Amino acid sequence: MAKNYGAVAALKNTSLSVLPGEVHALMGANGAGKSTLVKILTGAIRHDRGTILVRGKAHLVRSPADARRAGLVSVYQEPSLIPDLDVLANLRLTQTPVEPFRNWVRELGVPDLDMRDNARDVPLAIQRVLDLARALAIEPDVLLLDEMTAALPANLAERVLDVVKRQSRTGRSVIFISHRFVEISALCDRATVLRDGETVGVVDISPGVEERIVELMLGAKIEKARAAQRQATEASAHGEAGTRIAVRNLRVGTKLQDVSFDLKDGEVAGVVALEGQGQDELFAALAGSTKPSGGTIEVDGRQVRFSHPVDAVRAGIAYVPGDRSEALAMQQSVRENIALPFSAAFRNWGPIRMGQERATVQSAIERLQIDTRAQREVQRLSGGNQQKVTIARWIAVDARTILCFDPTRGIDVGTKQEIYKLLRQLAAQGKSVLFYTSELEEIQLACDRAIVIFGGKVVDILPVEIADEPALTRAAYGLPRDAKAAVGILAETASSEGARP
Amino acid sequence: MSIIATASPTVPLGRRVKRFMGDYPLVPLLILLVLLVVVLQIMQPGIVNQRWIANTVKFAIPLALLAGCQTMTMLTGGIDLSVGTVATMAAFIVATQGVDNPAPVAMLIALIPALLVGFANGIGVGVFRVHPLIMTLGTSLIGVGCLQVYQRTVIGSGAKVPDFLIWLGTGVTWGFPNALLLFIPVAALLIFIQKRTGFGRLLYAVGDNERATRLSGVQYWQVILALYMFSSVLAGIMGLLYMGLIRAPSLSLAEPLVLPSVAAAVIGGTSIFGGRGGYTGTIVGALILTVLTTLLTILQMPEGARRILFGAIVLLVTAAYLRIIEDR
Amino acid sequence: MRFLRQHGWVAGLFALFVVLFILTKIIQPGYGAGDFGSLVRAVLPYAFVVAAQTVVVIAGGIDLSVASMMALTSVTAASMMAGASEEYALFVVPFVLALGFALGALNGILIVVTRVPDIVVTLATLFMLQGAALLVLGAPGGGAAEWLKNLIIGTVPLPGIPDGLTTWIPKALVLMVVLLCIVWIPLMRSRLGLSIYAIGSNQLAAFRSGVPVARTKILAYAIAGLFGAMGGLSLTMSTGIGAPIPGPYLLASVAAVVLGGVALGGGKGGLLGPIVAVFVLRLVRTDLTLLAIDPNVTAIVEGTIMVAVVMFGAFIVMRSRSS
Repeated sequence: MAKNYGAVAALKNTSLSVLPGEVHALMGANGAGKSTLVKILTGAIRHDRGTILVRGKAHLVRSPADARRAGLVSVYQEPSLIPDLDVLANLRLTQTPVEPFRNWVRELGVPDLDMRDNARDVPLAIQRVLDLARALAIEPDVLLLDEMTAALPANLAERVLDVVKRQSRTGRSVIFISHRFVEISALCDRATVLRDGETVGVVDISPGVEERIVELMLGAKIEKARAAQRQATEASAHGEAGTRIAVRNLRVGTKLQDVSFDLKDGEVAGVVALEGQGQDELFAALAGSTKPSGGTIEVDGRQVRFSHPVDAVRAGIAYVPGDRSEALAMQQSVRENIALPFSAAFRNWGPIRMGQERATVQSAIERLQIDTRAQREVQRLSGGNQQKVTIARWIAVDARTILCFDPTRGIDVGTKQEIYKLLRQLAAQGKSVLFYTSELEEIQLACDRAIVIFGGKVVDILPVEIADEPALTRAAYGLPRDAKAAVGILAETASSEGARP
Repeated sequence: MSIIATASPTVPLGRRVKRFMGDYPLVPLLILLVLLVVVLQIMQPGIVNQRWIANTVKFAIPLALLAGCQTMTMLTGGIDLSVGTVATMAAFIVATQGVDNPAPVAMLIALIPALLVGFANGIGVGVFRVHPLIMTLGTSLIGVGCLQVYQRTVIGSGAKVPDFLIWLGTGVTWGFPNALLLFIPVAALLIFIQKRTGFGRLLYAVGDNERATRLSGVQYWQVILALYMFSSVLAGIMGLLYMGLIRAPSLSLAEPLVLPSVAAAVIGGTSIFGGRGGYTGTIVGALILTVLTTLLTILQMPEGARRILFGAIVLLVTAAYLRIIEDR
Repeated sequence: MRFLRQHGWVAGLFALFVVLFILTKIIQPGYGAGDFGSLVRAVLPYAFVVAAQTVVVIAGGIDLSVASMMALTSVTAASMMAGASEEYALFVVPFVLALGFALGALNGILIVVTRVPDIVVTLATLFMLQGAALLVLGAPGGGAAEWLKNLIIGTVPLPGIPDGLTTWIPKALVLMVVLLCIVWIPLMRSRLGLSIYAIGSNQLAAFRSGVPVARTKILAYAIAGLFGAMGGLSLTMSTGIGAPIPGPYLLASVAAVVLGGVALGGGKGGLLGPIVAVFVLRLVRTDLTLLAIDPNVTAIVEGTIMVAVVMFGAFIVMRSRSS
């Protein structure tokens, strides 16, 4: 089976060939043309030159329906169930056989699915699993998984990887797109690496191949990224720093049961949790979007009650959501987006001092090194730069506390490094950061402590020295620190990787 | 990771023209306006003179004012269909109150319902989150009812339009319509608000992504309430001016201008989904519509055919404009 | 539990209708079958226009041209039937329905091809259809076949059921139910129906699920056009003439759609809610008239109720979203 592509603006000379029965990773830094290739494969956009061959036969793929007829089914980064239809109707819409679907759902670790539930009411992580089950039930020749595990809790992710691996044994192929090396080395047979719209290499996955892939992906950029990487031993001590936020016995709805911790001035505290353990609610409560149902939040020693995000902003607490489209006015300029909080209060509705604003915005842009070539509309920026804009906004108003919810999700390695560096700088200036991440290795790269939440409660607070991936994984599953955990392929690979250097 | 168009040295001419128009959205509008005037001149040589221009401007101004309401509300993704009723109320009240009261008092009284309607709209849209289309249609329905009841109470007392309004609405000084005295400051204010004030920024941002503004500490209802009250008062002022221009009070005075006001804003490049556009374009849009109306009158088109053409042009201009924007 | 959650709104509306009906009986003890018949006749055009709006709103759009569509189809029917034979009307009716369907499809095609937002396209077609109506008939006039007019007058005699009951089943009600069901039920059972909900709920997800988005949208508007034509015909049937200036049907249709639990923005709701909502709104008007309130004040009260109900509905939606 071979696929060859000609040029689109973002793709110059890309080819990708996937063997039957293979799990093939597609990799590339942001802007390498990965998403464009995916869009072509799924029929969302048309290619200008080149061909798509499935089992040696050329196919014209002009819509997802065409792609499906060609035997190519995709699971997208965002859930693609129709939110207002129940699961059954969703299956009917895509003419998916129900029984195989049900089996796959069970197989994937969701035993209690009610097919009459509207997709909207199904938790996000489960929706992704349903997407996958739907794709599997169609029994495609080629299954394309785009960042399939990005929003999944570790337990589900593991089941998913397991199922995908078995899928390939039946002679079907899987194209697997992921930012996580752990998964790729656990799952994939080969990897195609894209850079600047060209295929720069096809490598066999074997231990230690990560270095090679990163080299291919980044080209010359790797040394710089390495230099920025912070060692765990650099973690600074914060004995005497004041307590910025004190959370006591916080409860929010049913998800967040009883959470207490302190956030000190000048520290980056990491939050680690599997999907749906209450971290969304914790951040929403601290940001003023949701009212807590119990417990207290103290800011600088004074108890606060937030009823609107404006209250949190006034208390100097800024929230950077993981989903950039939640935080940005996409059609407005970089400048207007960064300056947005300036005008929020009623007293600032009057004339703007343009010069002063320009200076403030400019310094924030420079500090975060935002690529301003496309600054007239934020939607034209790359994902990494968009994320920087959402943070720059709060740097510009000098917020004392920043709540970052998975800010590095789906952005390229270089920008990730810059964000870690920025968080460290903020801490060095005495600001405090609460940093939730779904990628465990980030804890040691950016944080001073790791607060682990499981089942809506804080189960452990680990100092950064010991917060490596195996330890965090164990803690995130609610296991005590010294217990030996058997949590499947993910943890195994993670620990072997941790042991390697 | 979107497709980043690589700027190659050989951009085809058509594309370059389109890109230019996209970066300067006013240019295609002005070209269209000039084109319409040229067509008019060809069909009826000599019609385009100073008096005609003054007259056109005179009739474009009320439309542009009303379209200003639409521009402001459309920036937030809203629309204000109550402006016709509000303007009619203001006009009718100023004419009837003008009998017993001095002109300034009558004008102030006339603006009270405008404030009330705007307040209701703002509360409905901002606090209760009713879709602006429905909310403003609803308040406009209520407004018409109130106006009819009010009409009964003043039916015997006659009407008198304040002289000042007549001077402002119909007068021409040195070839310039006096209405410009009102319009230029208002237009300048609108553009200033949109471009250089925090409130204006919030209008664009709210229309673009309300959630993002919420996270930035913006209180939606404040913005919306202020916006709809502003829009209503602007409509009320337009009603006063229009009364001076038409001079005959009626219960549906400004109603026929509502849909054209939406059209003017749309033609002017303001996105009906919010976040994009501005008043400068709207002014040109209002001029285009006014010239077009003249053109159709000269062609002696039956009313029906005129409306068909009018609709088709709105659609075509919007579609063409969309293509230009998209190609950037 | 799920049934209540999904249909609670409609059930509540229906309860409201019953309460209003009892209220009407109290205000006017003589309110009888004949009055109910005229209520249904008054509702008839509203029901169709609301159905038209419902389909489009579920598909994630909005059709501002519904009222003009009614006006155009009404004057077309009236002018064709004026002075013509009774049998000729047999040809006129399908022709007008096809006209509505085609013009509706044109709405959809324009939206898909120009990629201009629905609200702008239908605003433009509002002008155009209104203009076309004026070209067909410059002033109210025309005529209607007798058998058509008789279709909505009187009641349906059912064998075996006492007269006391059948007098409460006006022909107009039967006509309304039959026509709505003929279109709606097969639609909802087909993949097209699912697709309409899908594109309204999340267009991208629908596209990715293999739904032909453009075709579905065009068909949704075409069906709306068909309902609009039914509304136009029912206008001609009840008045015997055609009027080129559209009535207040646009606002009513949007209000009833919202009141009926169909979310503006698409993907949610059904047809029953909006239809019950229309009955509720009309009955309120009847009650006000029965209370001998000045018709102008009636308009104010009616508008206020409509706005208040819509505000309440929006408030409920907001609360449910935040919890």
